[in-house]
Amino acid sequence: MKRRNFLYLTGMGVGATFLQGVPAFGKIIDPSAALDGVDPAFKKQLSDVALNAARSKGATYTDVRIGRYLNQFVVTREDKVENIVNTESYGLGIRVIANGCWGFAATDKMDKDSIARAAADAVAIAKENARLQSEPVQLAPQKGYGEVSWKAPIEKNAFEVPIKEKVDLLLSVNDAAMKGGASYVDSILFFVNEQKYFASTDGSYIDQDIHRIWPLFTITKIDAKTGKFETRNSLSAPRGMGYEYIIPRESDKIKGGPTTLYRDRYDMLEDAKAGAIQVGEKLTAKSVEAGKYDLVLDPSHLWLTIHESTGHPTELDRVLGYEANFAGTSFLTLDKWESKKFNYGSKLVNIVGDKTQPGSLGAVGYDDEGVACKKWDIIKDGILVNYQAIRDQAHIIGLNESQGCCYADNWANVQFQRMPNVSLQPGKTPLAPSELIKNVEKGIYILGDGSFSIDQQRYNFQFSGQLFYEIKEGKIAGMLKDVAYQSNTQEFWNSCTAICDERDYRLGGSFFDGKGQPEQVSAVSHGSATTRFNGVNVINTERKI
Amino acid sequence: MPILSKEEAQALLKKVLSYSKADECEVSINGSDAGNIRYARNSVSTSGAISQNSLAVSSAFGKKLGIATINEFDDESLKKVVIRAEELAHLAPENPEYVSILGPQDYAAPSKQYVPETASITPKLRADAVDLSLKVAKDNKLTAAGFVQNSIAYSAFMNSKGLFAYNTSTDINFSVTLRTADSKGSGYITRDYNDVKYFDAEAFTKIAAQKATGSIGARALEPGKYTVILEPAAGIVLLENLIGGLDARQADEGRSFLSKPGGKTKLGEKMLDERVNIYSDPWNPELPTAYWNGDGRPQEKMSWIEKGVVKNLYYSRYWAQKQNVKAIPGPDAFIMDGTDTSLADLIKGTEKGILVTRLWYIRPVDPQTLLYTGLTRDGTFYIENGEIKFPVKNFRFNESPVIMLNNLEALGKPQRTVSGESGTNGLIPPMKIRDFTFSSLSDAV
Repeated sequence: MKRRNFLYLTGMGVGATFLQGVPAFGKIIDPSAALDGVDPAFKKQLSDVALNAARSKGATYTDVRIGRYLNQFVVTREDKVENIVNTESYGLGIRVIANGCWGFAATDKMDKDSIARAAADAVAIAKENARLQSEPVQLAPQKGYGEVSWKAPIEKNAFEVPIKEKVDLLLSVNDAAMKGGASYVDSILFFVNEQKYFASTDGSYIDQDIHRIWPLFTITKIDAKTGKFETRNSLSAPRGMGYEYIIPRESDKIKGGPTTLYRDRYDMLEDAKAGAIQVGEKLTAKSVEAGKYDLVLDPSHLWLTIHESTGHPTELDRVLGYEANFAGTSFLTLDKWESKKFNYGSKLVNIVGDKTQPGSLGAVGYDDEGVACKKWDIIKDGILVNYQAIRDQAHIIGLNESQGCCYADNWANVQFQRMPNVSLQPGKTPLAPSELIKNVEKGIYILGDGSFSIDQQRYNFQFSGQLFYEIKEGKIAGMLKDVAYQSNTQEFWNSCTAICDERDYRLGGSFFDGKGQPEQVSAVSHGSATTRFNGVNVINTERKI
Repeated sequence: MPILSKEEAQALLKKVLSYSKADECEVSINGSDAGNIRYARNSVSTSGAISQNSLAVSSAFGKKLGIATINEFDDESLKKVVIRAEELAHLAPENPEYVSILGPQDYAAPSKQYVPETASITPKLRADAVDLSLKVAKDNKLTAAGFVQNSIAYSAFMNSKGLFAYNTSTDINFSVTLRTADSKGSGYITRDYNDVKYFDAEAFTKIAAQKATGSIGARALEPGKYTVILEPAAGIVLLENLIGGLDARQADEGRSFLSKPGGKTKLGEKMLDERVNIYSDPWNPELPTAYWNGDGRPQEKMSWIEKGVVKNLYYSRYWAQKQNVKAIPGPDAFIMDGTDTSLADLIKGTEKGILVTRLWYIRPVDPQTLLYTGLTRDGTFYIENGEIKFPVKNFRFNESPVIMLNNLEALGKPQRTVSGESGTNGLIPPMKIRDFTFSSLSDAV
């Protein structure tokens, strides 16, 4: 599902009706039906039909993905339940290599004839396109795992929680925001369950069960006299977890700063109460004076800067030019990696790719081409040391095996290289955010993600946030508004002068990372601790119309 | 299942409705057959074929609504989906914003969205097109990355008050980016049509090749306010956010660029240069769109901005009922009036300015002023004394389409284009704008 489809379905996007032509991303189903899994033995039978049909038509490699993708939204505003939607998308995608070229076809008709026809279509497309290929596909070797399974380690399946409990939570959140002085509040609970089956001619039959959750709200306050309005979004993160993420736990709260922050459990009600006060403060906050500031970035904000300026430029498909027509290429060209000297960031900067981190959005047992998942260095002591690769790219960077970064957002779309969790490692010496702030003379402390934009090679970016606090001589001096910072990726990461320790490490993330044509989304987490960047250019975004 | 004809869809939906026991029931079906081919590094990369169908039943008892869908079409499955929707409706909370379903509508004739020649595109035709595009790239010593996608789609809608609507459409979408071997030049083009006869991969790729070759050796200009000429593919990504922001409820609630203090809005007020006329028209021969929207309302020709005045806003049926106004649906695409002036003549008439091929990564910065940020990409050139003098490095902009359309200098001849950000189609002119705000430089090519 694309970000814009989500905005349409939830009614949260301005101009949502403009998107009425966008096809829905799945079927809407009875909530109880979401609990029925499909028997792996049956999926193996269907897979074998596809594998055999493709082989008989001349495929030299085939993989099959049978996916059942479930989503549930509960959407409310103020005292009203606007929408309760359950969707299901169920079908099968077949990817083949024939005459050295990729082909793909997908169908939602799960009878043997339709599957065999789709397999034949995939082979026919591969053969038709082989004449356009400059060199045959080279797949890194991959052992078959036989019949295996992986389940996300959740505590409470969100699809089993009664709708009423979810509605009651959101309405209590809205009530708290309205009592706190909000003019409007929109809130949503969003749950995802991917039941995925993968089979390939390498001899793998992999059954996986993946869960995600995202609680979010937007509180709006309008100044009736001036007509000015401000919003404050939730400081939650989408997570690869069950319903337990929204059951508050005191030990997961970080207190002592301007607002409470959350590790692995989120207190939506508490955050809404704080948000209602803060949105009022935003209306009367001082408009920022443009200039250079030292930035102190909270993980609820920094995740997005990591995503855009580290995650994307280290995607190998961008580096090689596969995304040149849409998502873009990358300034982190192969020569920079080959030199082993490219100074991406300061020596403090250590960034890893990780598909195994529990509770993260990117964690799975095996990727969508049957590769067991792992963790590796991407930036080591400030130097570019690796990328994110899949089977048909591994040889280009001298790898003997894939890094397990292959993903498709649906059975109907072909899998390709997608970002793993890409995270900034915490500092090795003890440092708390309050201690970090103490040393800043002229700075801005930014929490929550806001506006974001970056060029197609990932040099120039501009980010905003939810909450901005001025730091003067080591102390928080009050709230600011109209803040956005602009920088160049390499300059920015080289201005990193302090990173808090692991006690402050938290995950942020995105449900809707977009790439590819036709466009596909992917969910990915980014961890960090509060981090300082010196002398970053801040602009004032206030305008008059 | 193949694409259903109007009669087949009508018979199927009628059968489903005959099983309904709800106070009100709506049934819809939609499906598509699509194929695509993607290429990069002067070679094919991925490609595919996707076939999908889905039937949805929406059943209401009073203000309680249940929705269920299915993709099997035997009688037992159809009965089951109706029963499931009705069970869900009984379990659902009352929706205070539920509005009773529409009766039969007086639709005008369908627009010409469906073109048989586009419907019969084969994988071979797509591969042949890519072959031609790659030849242009290789002849010019450039590296191509591109995408061709074609589709046939249909949708049908019927309800228990006798409303029936059917629509079918075809589409072909093409885009290509050509880059020089040293990655110092890049050029882009995109096109989207209902009719494959307008699709000329070779000619389109040549335009992108010219931009790629011409953009080698870009010079850095100081950021600041410049006169710009936005080609249609660049202009649409800002205009779509203006049109997408014409939602009445947001404006009435005080949280839109159209809101004024005290619950008033700028509807009927002049906000933009008087040469700005933007409307939607499902029957425009160059840009046909559906003649009914998703909830069965007719799509009419509708003026949104007339002589710079905000002429109409769009409404949900609930909000229109509450405000006691006509429930105008949002448009599927939009058209902006221009002139007969060619892009070449717009350039000729420019003393100093910057020609922009494409804008990219557009994100809202401030909804109060409709301020957006983003960057130029794939062909940015300096104009002096009516001529393109040299390529320039890409810029980041921070600009509001409202401010931009008050700084209008001239409009050119409208051209069908498609947003690289959302896929929305538009028929819009190249626009010459003064004082467009570029706030920093980008090293990206």
